[in-house]
Amino acid sequence: MIRKLFDKIGAQWVFLIIVAVAYAVALVLNPSACADAFFGFFRLLVRMLPVLALVFGIIFFTNLLINPKSISKHLGEGSSIQGWLIAIAAGIISTGPIYMWYPLLSDLRAKGMKTAYIAAFLYNRAVKIPLLPMMVFYFGVRYTVVLTAYMILFSVLNGLAVERLITDTQGGQ
Amino acid sequence: MIQKQKLKSAGVSTLNSMKMSIPVLLGVILLISLITHLVPKKAFSYLFSGKLVFDVLTGGVIGSISAGNPLTSYVIGGELLKQGISFAAVTAFILGWVTVGAVQLPAEGLMLGKKFALVRNGVSFLMALAIAVLTVVTLGAL
Repeated sequence: MIRKLFDKIGAQWVFLIIVAVAYAVALVLNPSACADAFFGFFRLLVRMLPVLALVFGIIFFTNLLINPKSISKHLGEGSSIQGWLIAIAAGIISTGPIYMWYPLLSDLRAKGMKTAYIAAFLYNRAVKIPLLPMMVFYFGVRYTVVLTAYMILFSVLNGLAVERLITDTQGGQ
Repeated sequence: MIQKQKLKSAGVSTLNSMKMSIPVLLGVILLISLITHLVPKKAFSYLFSGKLVFDVLTGGVIGSISAGNPLTSYVIGGELLKQGISFAAVTAFILGWVTVGAVQLPAEGLMLGKKFALVRNGVSFLMALAIAVLTVVTLGAL
């Protein structure tokens, strides 16, 4: 039945329906928290709208101006250190929550971006330059510098490991 | 001069991308808001035992299944430190929070592939534990 629903309306709508069911259950169990969550959703959504507009704007201009061959050249299989630097820098400077960037990454992957760079981009989303002063405030300068350096370094290892594991499991099938 | 045809094609591709992504993004935002409001922040501290290895693992797991602004993880992390939870456990908690996304896993799977989402989050979880230990060891050596 679920399979049929997936095929008929698409997995993305099934996911939204499941979340709506979770809200219905929460409404029965804890009505006030559920209402707060629902209003919180609208506040969060309003905050996310500029980022969402930015992401879809980038997708539009990528489709319009960037040739898939150029993405393959700079971020595809044949690219080198330049690809890592682009993925790391783009991950660090990109704003908003991580999931807002999934559509763009999905689009870029379809155009030839390497899996390792997608993973590295997503890992570097954890390095938040505007929040570094807050991290310094809570944990100190030394901790912030050491942790940030490790996160950037491990983003490359993360990319390599994810690509390797995905390739291995695909090869094994 | 950009051709009309190219402009139309880019617009259609972007609209298709929006049709696929928007229900998923709405679902994730709804889910994050629900979890944020249902789980009290003080609940986190009750889960640590004082044993280093167990606490690092617990920090990583709790961070991974939590959702919300990274700033919240710093605030909770700061409170956990004040309550005597180890630096390594708090670091694993923060790293789990910012690099692993159990809540957005379905969305990541839908848009980037199930295998990619599972492998990436699994690797990121293990790396959160490794970085937590390495950070504390490095700070101790400095």
